[in-house]
Amino acid sequence: MHDLMGYALFCAALTAGGWVLARWMTRVYEGGPNPLTTVLGPVERGIYRLSGIDAQVQQGWRGYALAALAFNLLGFVLLYGILRLQQVLPLNPDGVGAISPDLAFNTAVSFVTNTNWQAYSGEAQLSYLSQMTGLTVQNFVSAATGMAVGLAVIRGFTAPKGTGLGNFWTDMTRSVLYVLLPLSILLAVALILQGVPQTLLGGAHVTTLEGAQQIIPRGPAASQIAIKQLGTNGGGFFGVNSAHPLENPTVASNMLQCLSILLIPVAFCFLFGRMARDARQGWAIYAAMGVMFLIGLVVVWAGETGAASLEGKEMRFGAALSALWGVVTTAASNGSVNAMHDSFMPLSGLVEIVNMAIGEVIFGGVGAGLYGMLLYVVLAVFLAGLMVGRTPEYLGRKIEAREVTLAMLAFLSMPLGILIGGAISVTVPTAAASIQEAGPHGLSETLYAYSSAVGNNGSAFAGWGAAAQWQTTALGLLMILGRFAIILPMLAIAGSLIAKRQSPVTVGTFPTHGPLFVTLLVLTVLILGALTFFPVLALGPIAEHTALAIGQSF
Amino acid sequence: MLNQIRPAATMLVAMTLLTGLAYPLAMTGLARVIAPELSQASITLRDGQPIGSALVAQPFAGAGYLHPRPSAVDYATMPSGASNLSPGSAALARQIAERRAAYQATNGAPAPVDAVTASGSGLDPEISVANATAQAIRIAKARGVDPDAVQAVIAGHVTQPLWGLYGEARVNVLLTNLALDEAMPMTPSGGN
Repeated sequence: MHDLMGYALFCAALTAGGWVLARWMTRVYEGGPNPLTTVLGPVERGIYRLSGIDAQVQQGWRGYALAALAFNLLGFVLLYGILRLQQVLPLNPDGVGAISPDLAFNTAVSFVTNTNWQAYSGEAQLSYLSQMTGLTVQNFVSAATGMAVGLAVIRGFTAPKGTGLGNFWTDMTRSVLYVLLPLSILLAVALILQGVPQTLLGGAHVTTLEGAQQIIPRGPAASQIAIKQLGTNGGGFFGVNSAHPLENPTVASNMLQCLSILLIPVAFCFLFGRMARDARQGWAIYAAMGVMFLIGLVVVWAGETGAASLEGKEMRFGAALSALWGVVTTAASNGSVNAMHDSFMPLSGLVEIVNMAIGEVIFGGVGAGLYGMLLYVVLAVFLAGLMVGRTPEYLGRKIEAREVTLAMLAFLSMPLGILIGGAISVTVPTAAASIQEAGPHGLSETLYAYSSAVGNNGSAFAGWGAAAQWQTTALGLLMILGRFAIILPMLAIAGSLIAKRQSPVTVGTFPTHGPLFVTLLVLTVLILGALTFFPVLALGPIAEHTALAIGQSF
Repeated sequence: MLNQIRPAATMLVAMTLLTGLAYPLAMTGLARVIAPELSQASITLRDGQPIGSALVAQPFAGAGYLHPRPSAVDYATMPSGASNLSPGSAALARQIAERRAAYQATNGAPAPVDAVTASGSGLDPEISVANATAQAIRIAKARGVDPDAVQAVIAGHVTQPLWGLYGEARVNVLLTNLALDEAMPMTPSGGN
């Protein structure tokens, strides 16, 4: 019972925090002065001046997309270079070696696409320079890219005809300077006070009480962990991520990190309502996401507390907080873990896979969760239009063939990447060698990995061999698909919508803020998700659950 | 796309300086002031010598010490890891049965669940209160003291759930073992 009270308090704090943050973000993105511009305003203007950017210029959807692509492409090149050259670059106190080309490709793509899939162990394979100037930077800017695209898409749906989608460079810069950086500083300080290392000293060599030699890994961890959670990135400083007692030392650090994962995605729901000048629209999206979040949480909580197994779990978190984190991190496209999902009960794994495979729209990634959900909104109002025989409308704008086609195109990237990529991976022997376990769990492991990569989540059933060259390459390519095959169509939809007239609400308008619409939206997500993935889920987690129930082990 | 290259490159350099150098270095400097020990991985000293981190498990095996939870990677730190075995794994069932038998043989008490399952990090510094309590008689015997004295030290090291809502009651193994050594030192042969 106290588990559920704890969950309720968590959800209340999260909602309140998201609501307050949405107010702040509204102010930030309007571009006027705010309390932080006294300090950071000169930095912001300096960056624009050096980059030759006119902050007043509005971009069309193509310009916005090209700017995002160019920025991400260069980010990839820089990160790849740092990872490949880390052994000769400074700030490498533990003397780690070079990273292989395929692993560097995988890691660079992973951090640029906000996935943060980890086929490496940070403490053993990365220098502090790689962690700071490589990974931490992409933690910030990949998150800011998602937020910027989210803003542009929201403007496309809500802004009056003839105004613009915004400017990628200013949206991205403001996201970093006024949202991500201040929150990261606050969280990093809190984590340091809970015992997360923040030092440039190399690993500490100690002799234990019983005379053994031990190296305590260290590094500038707190600063990176703060943004890893706030930016729904999820790549750990240490290999086992937030299960590591130095990455997540206390129950307090755990709750703060858990809140931070969902804070900005929740705020985006309310930001949407504010920018639509109709708060109810934001609450409706929040409610649809919240319902699916709670269903998943109850299933995982029941499974993990019922199983009473602590395999892969930390003592300080126990089953309840491991279950909460598992749902939070897969609902958001975060992908950090505080327990090993590979050892979770089959139905818990099913919830996590579904959370990712439907496209990370249950709050989802920063910005990305909202534009992902708007994809389903387009499909939901289209279905509603078919049912009542009227041209579908959303927020006063007609949803026509072009928008529905683009939304379906974006949607198809998930089944395409997950089902086809996964099917190849389990049939080609070189690729199938990554599977750790016999029986249906082996299929679940592969399904989880491909859902995680295409959904840009980054968590794994970690027994699965992610470092094999086939997988680093295939998953690297699929992360690109999962990110940009949704960003581009959604920006195109935004560009198409903003050119349309907003017609006034009449009695014939299908309301998109009440329980009926929320139900329709949830059903659209679940039916599209279920229809697409049910067969493979039946062969994986559901078969596993059945086998476990009759006591069959593999 | 070409006309986007200049802003992209400049922006990337600016962001690298700001978020990749200024931010982590400022946090490192601040950490040194506000939490000099915590920010360096909570290294624990005895007689001025570093003997470990309160946050990282050590592979205690002596009869006079609390033993940590099993580790799938034998308490390796660079890197650490977990078993990642699923609930339906025959290998996991076998490991749990072996650990249960070993615990019973060592402590003369049935094993709590945290004592037979490997942690997520492989470095879990804590054990459940039941697990600690069940080891007290063995520890008392090895140290030649009254079990109640050991129980008292353990009881003094219990961390309760946050606000009674979050997390589990637990005992830090290294800090408790240090306290045991201080309160009831082992003679050189005391560990046998």
